[in-house]
Amino acid sequence: MTITEILFYAFSAVLVVAALGVITARNPVHAALFLVFAFFNSAIIWLLLEAEFLAIVLVLVYVGAVMVLFLFVVMMLDVDVAKMREGFTRYAPLGIIIAVLVVVEIGSVVWVKQLEGISEAAVTVTPDGYSNTRALGELLYTKYLYPFELAAVLLLLAIVAAIVLTMRQRTGLKAQDVAAQVSVRARDRIRIVKMDAEKEVATPPESQSPGSQP
Amino acid sequence: MSEPVIANLNLAAASAEIFMVSAICVILLVDVFLSERSRWVTYALSLLALVGVACVTVSNGVDGRVSAFDGSFVADPLGDLLKLFAYGTVAVAFMYSHDYLRRRGLFKGEYFILGLTALLGIMVMISAGSLITVYLGVELLSLSLYAMVAFDRDSGVAAESAMKYFVLGAIASGTLLYGFSIVYGLTGTLQLDELAVAVREVGADKLGLIFGLAFIIAGVAFKFGAVPFHMWVPDVYHGAPTPVTLFIGTAPKIASYILAIRVLAEGLDAMVATWQSMLIALAVLSMIIGNVVAIAQTNLKRMLAYSTISHVGFILLGILAGTAEGYRASLFYTLAYVIMAIGSFGMILLLSRAGFEADRIDDFRGLNRKSPWFAAMMMMLMFSTAGVPPFVGFWAKIAVLGAIVDVGLVWLAAVAVVLSVVAAFYYLRVVKVMYFDEPTDSVAVEGGGTVRALLTLNGLAVLVLGIFPGALIDLCARALP
Repeated sequence: MTITEILFYAFSAVLVVAALGVITARNPVHAALFLVFAFFNSAIIWLLLEAEFLAIVLVLVYVGAVMVLFLFVVMMLDVDVAKMREGFTRYAPLGIIIAVLVVVEIGSVVWVKQLEGISEAAVTVTPDGYSNTRALGELLYTKYLYPFELAAVLLLLAIVAAIVLTMRQRTGLKAQDVAAQVSVRARDRIRIVKMDAEKEVATPPESQSPGSQP
Repeated sequence: MSEPVIANLNLAAASAEIFMVSAICVILLVDVFLSERSRWVTYALSLLALVGVACVTVSNGVDGRVSAFDGSFVADPLGDLLKLFAYGTVAVAFMYSHDYLRRRGLFKGEYFILGLTALLGIMVMISAGSLITVYLGVELLSLSLYAMVAFDRDSGVAAESAMKYFVLGAIASGTLLYGFSIVYGLTGTLQLDELAVAVREVGADKLGLIFGLAFIIAGVAFKFGAVPFHMWVPDVYHGAPTPVTLFIGTAPKIASYILAIRVLAEGLDAMVATWQSMLIALAVLSMIIGNVVAIAQTNLKRMLAYSTISHVGFILLGILAGTAEGYRASLFYTLAYVIMAIGSFGMILLLSRAGFEADRIDDFRGLNRKSPWFAAMMMMLMFSTAGVPPFVGFWAKIAVLGAIVDVGLVWLAAVAVVLSVVAAFYYLRVVKVMYFDEPTDSVAVEGGGTVRALLTLNGLAVLVLGIFPGALIDLCARALP
């Protein structure tokens, strides 16, 4: 057993455990965190397969963006776990059918490969120094430059559209103006008034205001 | 390791698109710094950008087929014509909308920016050289349109129709993409000209390809708004603010036409027999449902939506002929339809006032008493849309019918003729209401000078192009030799 194989089996085992955790965890937040863990382990398996670009994208996109969004939704919405589990027995047969289908699909692929016999020659070994990140980058910035740039414009459009649909000026809103808060000076808030020192006054209170008496 | 090179970059061919993207970015930045009062600058800049991009397109006009970006981009005379026409349509749409938006407090920079990105999507589709580019163009256009429909934040109807449009549109885009991926899986190429060769090698009657084609047709039909993928059209036309309806009803039709031409006629031309039969079903259903249901409408925007569906049927007739003559006829029909539709919606905008939407047929009652000139313009537009000679709509119908008779589909031509007679009923009803009914109110036609002048030009264009159709026919013939 080579070190790669040991690593593969170790991370695969953790992956399976994490995946089981996703469906067995009672707390939805725990389930989401288990899913993050599962993504990390699959990313490592991809790294072992020398698909480093996919591995990094998996971590960046799924862990960094998608799962954070998931966690937000799970934490913000009031998820009633008991209610969610109500339909379990009703939907269990469907789930079992899908699970069996997936097992059959994977099994048939393995079986067909076994029939043909997986030979070492069929697996093309990448030359030394080959980087699939570079290969992908070269394709994206040459052959697919135009679609790549268009996708960028599409993202810009999505930002504009999202802002148009969500941002609106409402009247009577008590919002903070950060710029005004930062640029405030002491003289805007405090007025220093020069006045004479207070003296002990012996006269009665009526005579204190000088203009009132003729 | 060798340095990567871009095969056949040819940036100059795509200069119109590059100009457009730069213009959008500049306008987007300028708009941020404008006060509410000087918002007209965005409007002026948008029109200026359209003039600029038209100059760029004209100065880079091509005689033959020129490709760029390693085949992802294609420029040809057809593309140049359609692009110039799309610029004009968007410019006219902006000018029609200006007064209406201003009166309703909807005069925001984003309307123009989204309009320009939609135009960019149309341009990308027009110059698409590969399936990926086609798809990105479709998405650029659709995303802009979804946001434009929901643009009036205070209108519940608009939000509802935007939601419907978005959900159905997303499914349609998915369908289109699924079809593309099946075709790619079987042929191994995304580039349209290579695809045409690869389909012949694989065999046009391969079941998998037909399966993929069915999904592509469903996606294209949705973008066209052809029956049975038309459900969104009446709701979106009715629910969207009228300037947006005007926009959706016109420029994207050019995009739908080119989508069908690029994907079906260029990429999958070997499968013409298969998609012809699919399109016949779509065309016949569109003409029947569109025309019959339009009769029952009391809302003009809804009526025009169903009328659009029936016109889409006619545009599909030319495409399904599968001949150069048919494509030309469809091109002519599309251009003529856009001119007529933009005028009809412009009329609703002209008659609308602050707090009053002239979108019911009853709102046109006795228009002749109030403004004989614009009643005459509307009459010409309606006659033309119905296909009455000597207006341009008549020649468009003749061209399309001629194309399908030439390929031996006489029964289809007969069906189309019968249904255009049915259609005449609801167009003439609008004319009857304008000329023979008493006006319900005595408010004079408001509308700014620009809108009045444009509508006059628009109405006269329908008449002049109808009397001298040669110019437009020549243009189409030069674009599609």
